[in-house]
Amino acid sequence: MHDRAFGFATRAIHAGTPPDPATGSRATPIYQTAAFVFGSTEHAAELFQLRSYGHIYSRISNPTVAAFEERIASLEDGLGAVACSSGLAAQLCTVLSLAQSGDHLVCSQNVYGGTITQLSVTVKRMGIETTFARVDDLAAMRAAIRPNTKMLFAETIGNPSGTIADLPALATLAHEHGIPFVVDNTFATPYLCRPIEHGADIVLHSATKFIGGHGTTIGGVLVESGRFPWGNGRFPLLSEPSPGYHQKVFTETFGEYAFLMRARAEVLRDVGAQLAPMDAWLLLLGLETLSVRMETHVRNAEAIARFLRGRPEVAWVAHTQGAVFTFGIKSGREGGRRFIDALELWSHLANVGDAKSLVIHPASTTHSQLSDEEMRSAGVPPEAIRLSVGLEDVDDLIWDLDRALRA
Amino acid sequence: MIVKTTSERAALLARSRSVAMVGASANALRPSYTVFSYLRTQTPYAVTPINPTIEQIDGVRAYPTIAAYADEHGPPDIVDVFRKPSEAADVAREAIAAGAKAIWFQYGVINDEAIRLADEAGLDVVVDRCIKVEYARFHGGLATSGLNSGLISSRYNARTP
Repeated sequence: MHDRAFGFATRAIHAGTPPDPATGSRATPIYQTAAFVFGSTEHAAELFQLRSYGHIYSRISNPTVAAFEERIASLEDGLGAVACSSGLAAQLCTVLSLAQSGDHLVCSQNVYGGTITQLSVTVKRMGIETTFARVDDLAAMRAAIRPNTKMLFAETIGNPSGTIADLPALATLAHEHGIPFVVDNTFATPYLCRPIEHGADIVLHSATKFIGGHGTTIGGVLVESGRFPWGNGRFPLLSEPSPGYHQKVFTETFGEYAFLMRARAEVLRDVGAQLAPMDAWLLLLGLETLSVRMETHVRNAEAIARFLRGRPEVAWVAHTQGAVFTFGIKSGREGGRRFIDALELWSHLANVGDAKSLVIHPASTTHSQLSDEEMRSAGVPPEAIRLSVGLEDVDDLIWDLDRALRA
Repeated sequence: MIVKTTSERAALLARSRSVAMVGASANALRPSYTVFSYLRTQTPYAVTPINPTIEQIDGVRAYPTIAAYADEHGPPDIVDVFRKPSEAADVAREAIAAGAKAIWFQYGVINDEAIRLADEAGLDVVVDRCIKVEYARFHGGLATSGLNSGLISSRYNARTP
């Protein structure tokens, strides 16, 4: 036993994955099982009453999934994590852990189109209303908060606008109103930014992106800091007896673990959006190389942003941080279509954060549920083209862009 | 000594065998019952309730005071405190008088006088931590729930269940 505080790259490889205690296996085993045998009837009762740690059924927890959860919690400097079947599942589990019918959320309008539709359509149908406001307009964000608001939500780097959220200012705003600041950190990854260090209370990821890193696996995760005072009177789902769990009061029984325990033992259990063990294993493998991949992603993205800024065909380039950004072609929508159809190496698809370089036209795909006005308000004009810069030789990527711009 | 580091907590838990739990409740909804039941069923510790209002919990006899416990069993290795912060100093005095080797103040049981008294009397003192969480940290329990144990090791049996 030691007290060394290991660095990020070390934790990306080791956190959550000591050798398998059953076999000594150095690679993390894939525990491909639905359920786990109880040691005794007393042991079973302890587990079902949430008095003991251990696995019951893989919808609630699984050793391979738990290894991934602990690793991402370590990298985000969180208290713990709950993995879900996708980023949107992690977002829904967060909402349902905090809010119920009659409650209200405040969300940045500079976010992923799927987040906007989840909150403004599906979550709204559950009786939870969301007000959207510009992430860079603190006064509008403040004005949107109501007595029944349960969270303030933003993306570190907005998808796809690249808008950077002022995390400390938004955290302070949320905390002044007794609500948690929830941050989607998918585009930055904990390698570039750890929102909890800047005041965030809950961090969400679509692990499908840079965490997995190879475009193989759909997954999501929520991480919590353990610092938010859930017993402040504003979160009865956590601080009043739970009919879903033997009338347990989560804040009383679990203290700083209250949110994480409810998110897993009640919400994930009942929603059923768990991550599969095989998928957790792929995401663990991805995390091992996060540091080295992100270095190259960012270096290549900066080179490509420079290249595009120097091109006469390009109207604007909205690169801020990270490896996903948009640019506009002067020839507009039609020119954008010609550009994408002429690409050879870049893959035209609806994903980001792959080793392969990816391209898409948001107006006709990811943001097609939004009106032109909604797109502009989300910071994505209809002519915008989104790039996710991969790990190929940057000269090859530029060769392909050059050809397509001339097409 | 005030126990501050992870390795010091691990060493304290490893060398201890008996835990006298002041304020243990028989009510299954109370946190102290959760911790009592966990220590009793999932760990090697001999855990005993110290509570004048009850006879026993789950078949384990309760003692009204730490002194009454120590008369029969000798000084406890750890006195685990589930009391209001305002009562913590009195518990510390009792623990010192009974010869306890360590005193463990659970989440929120923070009282400067209690800490100082126990520290000056030579007890190991843990403050604002949960003994269940810390045992689970070192034996793989936290890890099963996706909680950040903070432990990194490539040794065989890094986490002994």
